[in-house]
Amino acid sequence: MNLWVVLAVNSITLGGLLFLLSAGFSLIFGLMKIPNLTHGSFFMLGAYLATSLIAQGFDFWTAAIAGGLLVAVFGGIVERLILRRLIGAELAQVLVTLGLSFMIADVCLMVWTGDPIRIATPSALRGVTTVAGLRFPTYRLAIALIAVVFAVALWALLDRTRLGAMIRAGVDDPAMARVVGIRVSRLFTVVFCLGAWLAGFAGVIGGPILSVYPGLDQEMLPLALVVVILGGSGSLLGSLVGSFVVGFLYNFGQAMFPELAYVVLFLPMLVVLVVRPQGLFGRQTA
Amino acid sequence: MRRLALAAALVILATVPLWVGGTYYVNIASQILFYAIFALGVNVLAGYAGLVSLGHAGLFGIAAYAGAKIMTGGHGQLVVMAGALAVTLLAAAAFAVLALRGTGLGFVMITVALGQIVWGVAYRWISITNGDNGIAIRGRPSPLGLSLASPSSFYWATLVVFLIAVASLAVFVASPFGASVRGTRDQPRRMNALGYHVWMIRFLAFLLSGFWSGVAGLLYLYYNQFVSPQAVALTASAEGLLMVIAGGTATLLGPIAGAALVVVVKNVASAYIERWNFVLGAIFVVIVVFMPEGLVPGTARRWRLLMAALRPRATAAG
Repeated sequence: MNLWVVLAVNSITLGGLLFLLSAGFSLIFGLMKIPNLTHGSFFMLGAYLATSLIAQGFDFWTAAIAGGLLVAVFGGIVERLILRRLIGAELAQVLVTLGLSFMIADVCLMVWTGDPIRIATPSALRGVTTVAGLRFPTYRLAIALIAVVFAVALWALLDRTRLGAMIRAGVDDPAMARVVGIRVSRLFTVVFCLGAWLAGFAGVIGGPILSVYPGLDQEMLPLALVVVILGGSGSLLGSLVGSFVVGFLYNFGQAMFPELAYVVLFLPMLVVLVVRPQGLFGRQTA
Repeated sequence: MRRLALAAALVILATVPLWVGGTYYVNIASQILFYAIFALGVNVLAGYAGLVSLGHAGLFGIAAYAGAKIMTGGHGQLVVMAGALAVTLLAAAAFAVLALRGTGLGFVMITVALGQIVWGVAYRWISITNGDNGIAIRGRPSPLGLSLASPSSFYWATLVVFLIAVASLAVFVASPFGASVRGTRDQPRRMNALGYHVWMIRFLAFLLSGFWSGVAGLLYLYYNQFVSPQAVALTASAEGLLMVIAGGTATLLGPIAGAALVVVVKNVASAYIERWNFVLGAIFVVIVVFMPEGLVPGTARRWRLLMAALRPRATAAG
């Protein structure tokens, strides 16, 4: 198969994973103003938990959902016990989430050792699918599909449900949202858990492609940051577009300028910052 | 009283290699000093300007890498120092222009991203940085014909730089410029209304911060005679910030105490347990949650309360 097609498929796959990761990050950042630097750790933790669940005999999808749920519970505990005390203290939040990410990374290293662990591709999705005369790895197509489904579901959640309206109100003006009777503090927990679940789930379904290894968290976090800076925080569309842009830049950058892949990745971000600091789809805030 | 304490501190610092016993401890003291310089640099931004940078290890590392590259290019020590610091200042200016597009969280995220670019270049641009293997240099410099090869002489040289750093930052804090930097932290809009160029003040503070980070990076290079991507990792930036926070932001002594704490804990902890990163993370969480103002101001407050409690109650009668 043509190299460019391979790269394009890989880019779309990575973009899909990044969307799941960064949508949660962006929502948390937009609503709670918390720069959740444990987000990469959630991704890694979900994948590691799933490897243990799969070793216990669970099937892939159960492990993916349950792994995400365990991460969500963990995220909820962190939010309730620690981040809750630090509302408005940005520096403290940065430090605590960073400190937690170091702790999580070290615990993962202790429990799952330093060797990379590969998650087996679910058997139904092995092999290739032929579309328009080109052969694609089925699993990678499935990831892209999952990302699209989640994008639609999240959009519907935010745009069409009462909970979504409350979240949007919280993002726009937390003080007014409180005044009209929305329990913003409970929303915080819900959104944080949702974001953590998405990150954990993304880690698991990314497992068959990326596998799980120490340092995965620090690799994914900057990518999520770039997506959010590119797309604008609190914007679902921004996350979606930003994810695919980063997915393409990362894969094509790796292939064309292997030594400068990181620079290729961050340059557009810098351009966006200079031209449009709030991100492509972000709104100017006071 | 203050002068006496200062003189005593100077005597103690200057004589460390004579009484501390063993090159191992002299080396730890040297590490504390150059990390303290780094922390002082980070503190200019994080403490006084209220701009939290998580990319400062990038500047620290750029100085170290630039120094190593120039040195392996066969240039003299003076060229190495001037060149490395010039490169660092340029990088700091570029960082500042980009990072100052945002304040608060935006600033943090941009500095994370910038730090990661530096890391990516250090790790991946193998033809220049030698990737994960890092760059080794041969020998420490000999300014004025004095060799810095022995731990004690390196300590004293570092101490001199350290004292210059502390003195210059003491001047900075007391100066009108220092006051204006604090002003942009507390009341940026009022400062703007008063006619101050807020962006320029922050930009200059960034340069000052970058300069001392670069000096520390250069000392790090001389100390280890080696630099690798580890020096520019996010963990390194976080450690620098931890030193500032642990000691107390926007104080002169805080970052120094924080650097001492981190270096000692790191060396002690890594001698007994492998899980240094876990300890580092736990210290972050505990300090932020339980002693948010930092160790030095926190202790100072307790001390004042204690003194006030012990003092005879004569003021009411007088």
